[in-house]
Amino acid sequence: MNYGIVSQEQLEQIDTILTDKLIKLGVDCVIIIDMAGNIITAKDNGESKYDVYSFAALAAGNFATVDAMAKLVGEQEFSLLFHKGQESNIHFSKIDDELLLISMFGKDISLGFLRLNVVDVIEKIRQLWKRK
Amino acid sequence: MSFINLKDKVVQVKIVYYGPGRCGKTTNLEYINKTYRNQIVSEMVSLKTHGDRTLFFDFLPFDMGKIKGYDIKIQLYTVPGQVKYNATRKLVLRGVDGIVFVADAMAKQREKNIRSLNQLHENLLSYKESIFKIPLVMQYNKVDLKEHGIPILPTEVLQKDLNSRLKVPYFEASAITGYNVAATLKKIISSTVISIQKKLL
Ligand SMILES: Nc1nc2c(ncn2[C@@H]2O[C@H](COP(=O)(O)OP(=O)(O)OP(=O)(O)O)[C@@H](O)[C@H]2O)c(=O)[nH]1
Ligand SMILES: [Mg+2]
Repeated sequence: MNYGIVSQEQLEQIDTILTDKLIKLGVDCVIIIDMAGNIITAKDNGESKYDVYSFAALAAGNFATVDAMAKLVGEQEFSLLFHKGQESNIHFSKIDDELLLISMFGKDISLGFLRLNVVDVIEKIRQLWKRK
Repeated sequence: MSFINLKDKVVQVKIVYYGPGRCGKTTNLEYINKTYRNQIVSEMVSLKTHGDRTLFFDFLPFDMGKIKGYDIKIQLYTVPGQVKYNATRKLVLRGVDGIVFVADAMAKQREKNIRSLNQLHENLLSYKESIFKIPLVMQYNKVDLKEHGIPILPTEVLQKDLNSRLKVPYFEASAITGYNVAATLKKIISSTVISIQKKLL
């Protein structure tokens, strides 16, 4: 068993990145989870009330399932996953082998715009990880 | 992998109920869900077929309160027991911290229990975990059936079949009446939390 321990400082830095780069742009809710379904951190715009623990369990399962399917068809991975609804959308992106970034956003944000910012956020988080 | 958040002082612990099809894993969680409402913050999530068989997992978050200033959040999962679902069973085991092996005490299920335990061993190996090291509790479920004249394996037989090498704590139980459901849960939580504390020292 390996243990995921993140320092207070790291978490605060990650929270700042998520707030500045995603929440301030109008994303409703951002969650970082690990592949076991644990929540690393969750940030929202103060309005959305999602049950983040259940969400994390389902999201990890969903991602793991798609990942297993990718392997079955001979792909390394489908690194991007996107679910589109009437009012809200969910975007999944892999940070590394253990971590996933999930963004929930409404119809006033375009997928392309979100993706640009997500890529940026992931790059920043990876750098932060490297420094520890 | 339990996840420890030093900022908010939260520890998330993943406990998985594992066992052959129809042994009573989901029934354990349903009992916990209705008995400990005040410790459960959200709804139980069940991904199941129309026939009420678990398709992917059940999920129930359970609040333990604080230990040494840390908020302990227990995440209870079940795996789908049907033989054909091993791929998904394996996915649920990812990052597991503690396991309850639910065996079906019905005499006719003897072989299935053994096969399921062997597969658990293999599945853990694929994550480089060892069934001999991970916190584990045995539950011999459906003992209530004895009263209805249905042949039940004596506990000595179940112990010999499943627990002679592992030598982990075990309980006779009835998930449907709730007998020893809480005792099983308490035991696996304490074993798991102790094992996490040891790793942290
Ligand atoms: N008599 C009796 N029946 C039980 C007990 N526990 C579960 N059952 C019954 O056994 C059947 C299967 O129970 P589940 O809890 O769905 O079994 P499961 O292990 O989740 O099965 P899968 O999801 O297919 O892996 C149900 O009809 C339950 O009511 C028990 O302690 N005693
Ligand atoms: Mg079930």
